[in-house]
Amino acid sequence: MKTWFRVFFVGGAISFRALFAWIRPWVYIPTLCVGPTTQVLFFAFLGRTAHLEDDSWFVVGNAVQSASLAALFGMGFAIDGERWMQTLSAVLATPANRSALFLGRTLPVLLNASVSAGTGFVGGALFLGFRPPLSALPGLAFLVVLGAFACTGLGMLSAAVGLRMRDVPIIANLTMAVLLIFCGVNVPLDKLPQWMHVAAEGLPLTHAIAAARRVADGASLSSVSTSVAVEAALGLAYLAAGFVLLRVFEEQGRRTGSLERA
Amino acid sequence: MRSLKVVYSGFRMNLKMLGTSSFFLLTSVVQPVIFATIAFYMFRAGSRNGTLLYAALGAGMMGVWSTTLFGSGGMIQWQRWQGTLELGAAAPPAMALIYLPFSLANAFTGMYAMAATLVWGRLVFGIGLHLAHPWLFVLALPATVIALGLMGLVLASTFILYRHANALSNLLEYPVWIASGLVFSTSLLPVWTRPISWALPPYWGILAIRHAALGGGVWGPLAMVALLGVAALVISTLTFRWFEHAARARATLSLT
Repeated sequence: MKTWFRVFFVGGAISFRALFAWIRPWVYIPTLCVGPTTQVLFFAFLGRTAHLEDDSWFVVGNAVQSASLAALFGMGFAIDGERWMQTLSAVLATPANRSALFLGRTLPVLLNASVSAGTGFVGGALFLGFRPPLSALPGLAFLVVLGAFACTGLGMLSAAVGLRMRDVPIIANLTMAVLLIFCGVNVPLDKLPQWMHVAAEGLPLTHAIAAARRVADGASLSSVSTSVAVEAALGLAYLAAGFVLLRVFEEQGRRTGSLERA
Repeated sequence: MRSLKVVYSGFRMNLKMLGTSSFFLLTSVVQPVIFATIAFYMFRAGSRNGTLLYAALGAGMMGVWSTTLFGSGGMIQWQRWQGTLELGAAAPPAMALIYLPFSLANAFTGMYAMAATLVWGRLVFGIGLHLAHPWLFVLALPATVIALGLMGLVLASTFILYRHANALSNLLEYPVWIASGLVFSTSLLPVWTRPISWALPPYWGILAIRHAALGGGVWGPLAMVALLGVAALVISTLTFRWFEHAARARATLSLT
């Protein structure tokens, strides 16, 4: 058990640090700290033009959604980066417990995605006067982490797909786009076609965003417990699916000798 | 004549290279369609159906800018990775002339974005494509694309020294969309941002394209597009010379 925790925490942390061997602060700050704010501003101004919702509606939706950038790319590159650095075979040749090995990579990504999404709220507060009640802040923070968790689960799944399809940035970009359109980030769900509305129910972020908007309006966290439970269940489901798929593709990669084929 | 040959060959080669890149396909076709879809739904949900062509044009221009930005941002870095940057720097023509066709090809690929959003809008959202001044539209679009290509050349020159080009690319995508007022009026922005907007070719470009499509004066914005394009060409010629010399002096040209 001690080894499991060592691989989970130390292995995950080292993998994340390795990510920053090439994603340096000069990449990190503009992309993950400034990016969410500019996204929030863009859609808030577009929302004003469309006469759709008020600024805070867009601040919450886009700030929470911006967690997907760090989560999807972070998880994707945590696996794909190993292949580019030609360390994937070495990592997979170890007898380390696979749940510790792969799940350990999710924790730093989850924390990073939460921080990145948090900057979107700060940007909204600074530039658009977003002022939720102080009592709502812990609940909002929790929902941001929850949304980031569900996205990290989806990131695990897309990272697994990346073992076969190789083009992780394309997969991550397309997945982010799907979340941006479907999850009620900028268009109320009831204004989307019915099939999109139905699909959104099974995607990460939809429920976290809906809950965050209610909490930002003053509702208590307990009043959105159903959304919280659904979001958590979706996150777990995606994480489990991603983990299983990683194992399957790892096995296939070993058999066909295609692990290092970039 | 020799310069034209360099431009033609470089343009053709880069266009072929971009044609094989799935990332460029994503940036120039898929991403604009996605943003156009969001804008269409937002305008519809806000009961502003009449503005859908406005949104389609803006989303198309967003794609032109993204393609130029990521293309120019990546241009120098890709050359570094491929080990061809030194060859470009050592070739007899000026470095700016070597990379001008690359930047123009990036922006040209961005025109796919405009085509994609207009076709998508027509097929899926039934947007009518009745242009107020069709001939001026045909003139305004390539003029804007060329000006953006030249602006991309200025950006690319800075990436000779600044090796984290992708970061700057990521940083500049949304802000230029915002400051240029591609899908909303810049009157929504604080007054202090106006000079920034006026200095951006996409701001005048979208005005020219929008007026050509929806009605309004085209020649004024078009003249500004041309003026800023020429200014970008002059600046990039100087910055390429300056940054190339600095990179040679510091021996950092090929450092990744």
